[in-house]
Amino acid sequence: MVKDTYTEFANSSLGEKITKTLGLPQPAKLRRYRPEAPLIEGPTVVLGSSEASDILADQLVSWDLDVRRHVGRREKVAAVVAVFDTAQTPADLSETVLALGGLLKQLKSSARVITVFRDPQGNEDPAVTAARKGVEGLTRSLAHEMRAGGTANGLILSEELDAAAPSVSGALRFLLSGRSAFVSGQFITVQNTNGVLPDEWTQPLAGQVAVVTGAARGIGAAIAKILRRDGAEIIAVDIPAAGESLAGVANEVSGTALQLDITAEDAGDRILAHAEQHYGRLDIVVHNAGITRDKLLANMDPSRWDSVIAVNIESQLRMNRTFLESELFNRPEAGVGPRIVSLASTSGIAGNRGQTNYAASKSGVIGMVSATSAQLEARHGTINAVAPGFIETEMTAKMPFATREVARRLNSLNQGGLPEDVAETIAYLVSPAAGGTSGLTLRVCGQNLVGA
Amino acid sequence: MPADSIRDAVIIGGNRIPFARAHGAYAGASNQDMVTSALNGLIARFGLQGQQLGAVAGGAVLKHSKNFNLMRESVLGTPLDPNTPAYDVQMACATGMEAIGSLANKIKLGQIDSAIGGGVDTVSDAPIVVTDELRGILMEANRAKTMGQRLKALAKIRPGHLAPQAPGTNEPRTGLSMGEHMAITADKWGITRQEQDELALASHKNLAAAYDRGFFDDLVTPFKGVSRDNNLRGDSTIEKLGKLSPVFGKELENPTMTAANSTALTDGAATVLLGSEEWADAHDLPKLANFIDYEEGAVDFVDGEEGLLMAPAYAAARMLKRNNLSFEDFEFFEIHEAFASTVLAQIKAWESEEFCREKLGLEAPLGSIDRSKLNTTGSSLAAGHPFAATGGRIVATLAKLLHGKPGKLGFISVCAAGGQGITAIIEGR
Repeated sequence: MVKDTYTEFANSSLGEKITKTLGLPQPAKLRRYRPEAPLIEGPTVVLGSSEASDILADQLVSWDLDVRRHVGRREKVAAVVAVFDTAQTPADLSETVLALGGLLKQLKSSARVITVFRDPQGNEDPAVTAARKGVEGLTRSLAHEMRAGGTANGLILSEELDAAAPSVSGALRFLLSGRSAFVSGQFITVQNTNGVLPDEWTQPLAGQVAVVTGAARGIGAAIAKILRRDGAEIIAVDIPAAGESLAGVANEVSGTALQLDITAEDAGDRILAHAEQHYGRLDIVVHNAGITRDKLLANMDPSRWDSVIAVNIESQLRMNRTFLESELFNRPEAGVGPRIVSLASTSGIAGNRGQTNYAASKSGVIGMVSATSAQLEARHGTINAVAPGFIETEMTAKMPFATREVARRLNSLNQGGLPEDVAETIAYLVSPAAGGTSGLTLRVCGQNLVGA
Repeated sequence: MPADSIRDAVIIGGNRIPFARAHGAYAGASNQDMVTSALNGLIARFGLQGQQLGAVAGGAVLKHSKNFNLMRESVLGTPLDPNTPAYDVQMACATGMEAIGSLANKIKLGQIDSAIGGGVDTVSDAPIVVTDELRGILMEANRAKTMGQRLKALAKIRPGHLAPQAPGTNEPRTGLSMGEHMAITADKWGITRQEQDELALASHKNLAAAYDRGFFDDLVTPFKGVSRDNNLRGDSTIEKLGKLSPVFGKELENPTMTAANSTALTDGAATVLLGSEEWADAHDLPKLANFIDYEEGAVDFVDGEEGLLMAPAYAAARMLKRNNLSFEDFEFFEIHEAFASTVLAQIKAWESEEFCREKLGLEAPLGSIDRSKLNTTGSSLAAGHPFAATGGRIVATLAKLLHGKPGKLGFISVCAAGGQGITAIIEGR
């Protein structure tokens, strides 16, 4: 990983003055999750007057947060939850939006703005739908306007969903916490009342078994460590050639190493057999393993195209079929079923020159996740994807200096994300508290559209 | 403890680093580095972090004196519970087998519930020492009480004393290398060049095929960027092997032993996890095979009565008799390929009515060994032979071959310097 010297400089006292004077990007040091730290420090203001806003405020109070309906003009604010769920027409947004606007200059660093509204696809009425889509648009724009490491994201409730549903709390908590440090301008939809809140928020995965592919290094190693920190037992999978570092990761997380080529026909069966032998259960699958073989399509050769498709998407489709047919992966326990998260990429959303193969595989992941969701939902499980933007890894460290420096700054947070940021989002999506969210592709990109 | 309380010693699995040709990929690695890496891979495979095992035993044939506690120091460098005892074992090339066999016995007797056995060797980091003369002078200077006495002692040093002494692999009592000894035995048994080259080729082909089908995915963990034994030549042909010049027994009328049908000097480490059935179950670990029995043997090679590497031929006879078994009862044979001719001479001896009658005291020969059951996933000619690591490689490989074949038996033979050797029996489950 290459050091982000510019961010360090911009956070020094001299650097801050210089970057401000010259109008240069000012990347802030992001607030990241630590289990022992408070969820958020400072007042959280809840705006809106609906029943849902009261329910959410009560939930925040139950977490011992400093919840306010109003704050003084000089008080610093840590987070704003703006609730729009009853908006019937775009004109209804005005009061809450303007109140939100009035608070923006009072936000602390790494502040959170969370807009809460009903699913735009859940209503046929043009005015209602326009109002809901309107919240999406304002949230995205506000994310661009946030400063000092602050983020703005939306929490979408399905049409009839009670705001007290467990996964609404789960999503709210994720968006407030440092887990979502590099998530901005994104939307989390809660579809149903599935999901269970943990007894202990610092151990949401206690007693669960998770397999992580591509776990020997980079984002995969970070996923293994963070799922372990959250209480899961880890099966760390990577190709045999990566076995030495895989063993290091497995030992660090007190898990087990499974050397395996995921493109093998029997890869899914071998994972199941390992999980059965060592743990007697399998709750979580994280399809992280992936490769890039960049080439302009005009110069693409069969090995580059086929290997990327085989590793990044075909293997996942095959393994998912095996897992979903198995008994081991389908034992719902206290309302919590099997969970799958796949790594997509912002390349799969926006496309990227030289990456037709990679983008095809990653768009494929997004399609697979949405099409598999119904099967998982039927078992109280979930399947989601995470699309990282520019993340500081060994892979991005190989980019030419100028390209890397531009890619780092081309997002609302003016910096690259860390492997931990991707891992924290995955840890949230596989937690029982996210059981009502499935089929989603969540970007961890600091609101950026460039990246691998 | 009463004899009826003897329980099964279960082979749970193994891990080794790929074996690498000497003075190559592992040139910067010590014995401790290599065996620690092999242990780390084993711990990762079976989730043994923080566990206190009954014992860890193993050793190295070429060992620095500073490594007097090689296995214990290595254990302290792993995530195992530091309260895990460890000790060194040394029986030349049979070191790994002796470590594993004796640990299995402790498990059978209920002395311990779990263990790791194995071994390691490096020729690339060999313990070079000073000459006996220089050491004598230095010790004398050390004992001196006055500066004068000390200078007097040190004044005896001559340039010739300063030449470093590398450890030899020659037999101390005969001055002959192992290869030269083997050449004599091969000649005596009339082992042909063709047979030896065919055996070497089969070793390479079998090992390459086993790697290709993923057989070693859960037996080997890469080290220093090497992910397969780098002595392996899967594309070798009998014609290529036939072109090599003999390197041992060159004064013989018909020398047959070449660099290809003799093992190359290699660096590497191998480990095997053993436990009682209860321990394996309590820790949700697989049970590949049982370690049934093992037998040590030694022959008088100094006077030339027997070949240096023929001890397993004798040990096998005693072990089979004790267990009331014959070769027909075995599904797989793992005969360590110190040289292709070592394997062939042992097989010929077991087939020989005269040898079995005169030397082993048997009424009938032990019989022949079905070649399709011999070293089916390759052996030392292809993988290499880091002396003390070979036992661990063989036991883990054979246990995996026998897994899922309950009651099927596997036979192991490993020869060793000093005219010694070990044979063993394991049973699939």
